[in-house]
Amino acid sequence: MIRYIIKRFLMMIPVLLAVSFVVYFLMDLAPGDIVGMMAPPDATEVEIEMMRKEMGLDGTLPERYFRYMKNLLKGDLGMSLSMKRPVIDIFFERFPATLKLAFGSIIVAMIISIPLGIAAATHHRSWLDGASMVTAMLGLSMPSFWLGLLLIILFSLKLGWLPSGGSDGFLSIILPAITLGAAQAGNLTRITRSSMLEVIRQDYLRTARAKGVSEKKVIYKHALKNALIPIITIFGSTLGNALGGAVAIETVFSWPGVGRLTVSAINSRDMTLATGCIIMFTIFFTLTMLLVDIAYAYVDPRIKAQYSK
Amino acid sequence: MKKDLVLNVKNLVVRYETEDGIVKAVNGLNLEIERGKAIGLVGETGAGKTTTALSLLRLIPEPPGVEECGLMELDGLDMLSLTPKELEKVRGKDISMIFQDPMTALNPVFTVGDQIAESIHLHEDVSYTEAQRRAIDMLELVGIPGERASDYPHQFSGGMKQRVVIAIALACRPKLLIADEPTTALDVTIQAQVLELMKNLRKKYQTSLIMITHDLGIVAEICDEVAVMYAGNIVEKGTLEDVFNRTKHPYTEGLFNSIPNIYDRKAMLTPIKGLMPDPTNLPEGCPFHPRCPYMDEDCKKPQTDRAISDTHFVRCSAYDRPGFHINRKEK
Amino acid sequence: MVKEKYTVGELKAFKKRSIASEVWRNYKKSPSAMAGLIVVCLLILVTIAAQVIYDYDTDIVQQDIMNRFKEPSLEHPFGTDHYGRDVMVRVLYGAKYSLSVGIVSVAISCFLGSSLGLIAGYYGGLVENIILRTCEIFMGIPSILLGIAIMSAFGQSLLVLMFAIGLVYVPMFARTARAAVLPVRDQEYIEAAKVSGVSDLRIIFTHVLPNAMSPIIVQVTMGVANGILTASSLSFLGLGVPVPAPEWGAMLSSGREYIRDYSYLTFFPGLAIMITVLAFNLMGDGLRDALDPKLKQ
Repeated sequence: MIRYIIKRFLMMIPVLLAVSFVVYFLMDLAPGDIVGMMAPPDATEVEIEMMRKEMGLDGTLPERYFRYMKNLLKGDLGMSLSMKRPVIDIFFERFPATLKLAFGSIIVAMIISIPLGIAAATHHRSWLDGASMVTAMLGLSMPSFWLGLLLIILFSLKLGWLPSGGSDGFLSIILPAITLGAAQAGNLTRITRSSMLEVIRQDYLRTARAKGVSEKKVIYKHALKNALIPIITIFGSTLGNALGGAVAIETVFSWPGVGRLTVSAINSRDMTLATGCIIMFTIFFTLTMLLVDIAYAYVDPRIKAQYSK
Repeated sequence: MKKDLVLNVKNLVVRYETEDGIVKAVNGLNLEIERGKAIGLVGETGAGKTTTALSLLRLIPEPPGVEECGLMELDGLDMLSLTPKELEKVRGKDISMIFQDPMTALNPVFTVGDQIAESIHLHEDVSYTEAQRRAIDMLELVGIPGERASDYPHQFSGGMKQRVVIAIALACRPKLLIADEPTTALDVTIQAQVLELMKNLRKKYQTSLIMITHDLGIVAEICDEVAVMYAGNIVEKGTLEDVFNRTKHPYTEGLFNSIPNIYDRKAMLTPIKGLMPDPTNLPEGCPFHPRCPYMDEDCKKPQTDRAISDTHFVRCSAYDRPGFHINRKEK
Repeated sequence: MVKEKYTVGELKAFKKRSIASEVWRNYKKSPSAMAGLIVVCLLILVTIAAQVIYDYDTDIVQQDIMNRFKEPSLEHPFGTDHYGRDVMVRVLYGAKYSLSVGIVSVAISCFLGSSLGLIAGYYGGLVENIILRTCEIFMGIPSILLGIAIMSAFGQSLLVLMFAIGLVYVPMFARTARAAVLPVRDQEYIEAAKVSGVSDLRIIFTHVLPNAMSPIIVQVTMGVANGILTASSLSFLGLGVPVPAPEWGAMLSSGREYIRDYSYLTFFPGLAIMITVLAFNLMGDGLRDALDPKLKQ
């Protein structure tokens, strides 16, 4: 198992390099000459060239990219133009907030979708099933930033129960987490339902019933553990969607995370900051997917057996 | 003389109400089993054997299933009046079942030890550790090394899985065990081993047995009595001797004629002509009459059980005709 | 009950019933799928009608400061915005952005992705490996961030937005197409076609592609829905279609600034996005169910 994990991590390195290169390349294409913007208006060509060298922005694209990655390994992503501080510091200041939001939303999504999916599957073709599926479909189709705005209108402006933005205290995470969670819940509910429907037909549930296991335990112990396996496989992409979706939601709720930071960096043409944020975000995203993959191997004994050989 | 009955079922009816019509799976079946006896429930696929077994555990899924019954007593306990909670206490404890396909009968995400221990823990007043210890004993009893208790089902072969299923079913020493074609899914050599194991364990625990099968050979080997099922009812029932040597029902005769004769290898097999009737649209009267070589008008009237002896009965109106007998000779 | 005798006419009708009409027969059975189809057709009609009826310069972007922030009324059913423009007219006109981004971007990703997937699945080996690894790299970047990066690299315009969203969804199509090809790759009739000298391209089109059609069709409708959502997110963040175009996401973004006092501004554009996405999702679900018997074969 340890060997499998190490192997997966080693295989991850070229992917991470390629991903960061794609991002670096794209952001490099973006218009806006940082040096030109920073240089004093009376600077000469030679002076500008000097500055470029100082900031590590001279040379061809591959040269610059490798210098960038070398610095990244040393924990240096350059200075933010708009904030006048190291990009890496700003990123790690903001990243916990994004993680908090992403995990909060997944908790919300699970609380909604797993019971709903199970109820829909165990009451297959009843009104409950129909209602759950309509709800899930609406969740899938609703732009999450719009849901966020609607929730702000209802709970902050009309009822005044919850703050509409910022991040002080537990209350302020409720609306953003529900908004982002609802977006994930649609998909999760559908997957829980279909996975549960598949498991409910299995013979081993009949064996459990014939043993005298209560119906509740048949569903929540014997069936659910099997039904959860496909749910865990998509947990990775759900977390990925949540991290991605956080970009818009953070903007709606003025949540001080990396998503909002990236958007405002791009809007203020602070490309060093934007590039750093996107690359770091992507690296964490990829690592998360890997961790989920490994966790999956732990849950399903069949997979675990495959790897331990 | 009053019989010591483990199971007494009167007028069992099970139907499935589906979009395509009402499937009449079991139609007024009566069944008595004496303590310690093994009865073979024989019939073609679709005769309602498995449905009968599930309805004895009261495990027919409702909807679409509907189970109606005049009387169902398990060792004197009225199964029809039990609440779902009480039924859970009976299942796995007093009555348990071995399923046809061991490949799918075990839960892939629990160890086999846990799956056996669960049954013991549910029904007997022991700690879970004690239940697990007894699960290991059960494994050894069915011929699997105890240390494999912590393995998962996918690590076992088909025959080993069926042994595990048997261990689960016998873990609480049930009064009645239902085995639903326990060897059909296994290789022939493994079949013999599993049958041998069941035979021994049954003797050891004094368990009554309903052996569902379409293999008359297995019945002859394991059972004391035979009940032949056709279209959701028992058409003939008696001791091995009664049914094998003094066959009365034309359908039973048809079954015997379609088995290869090892004394006369050149003899042609005579299959029963036609197909099982559509269970959504059963014929009037005796459901076998459209395929029966002895059919006459009376066969389209409702049928009743006719006692041949104390142990033997047949459900066939042809015996109203003076001097009627089937072609198969008594041995 | 199986009918035993058929008339000649009935038998002919059986033969004529093609796969498409079989799928349509299944599709018609689902009311939600039909609702989705009807809404999509209506949206297309609205888009065309809005182009004919309204003039971009005078009806859509021209400011009318005297009439700003009018609450919804008979005259302005959705109210007017901060420049006094009629929100309903803008929402109706804006359908064109969402629909065109959704459809064009999916056309791009479907063409590129399916081709790559077919090639990967058909040839296997190194080609397959390179294509799959490349897809993995692009899937490693959250789609909205990849969208942001592409938008900032090539500047904000409708065309770039289509291209960006199209590129984001290429890997999904590639994987879908490849997965559909794998089961037929080693079939003997493919081998037979190769031996008899049929060109690879022809084999792919006549033998391989038909097997991949069903999942690709489903992916297309779902892709349009996702594309519209991603595009409106980007516009909402100010990185999609530039103002003053009445793109629904962009309208939400500007309406958000007045949420405290004029919350109706944030209601209708979002509702329009949801209805559009919902319609495509319902169509996708319906198509998947209708195609399912074919998929299972």
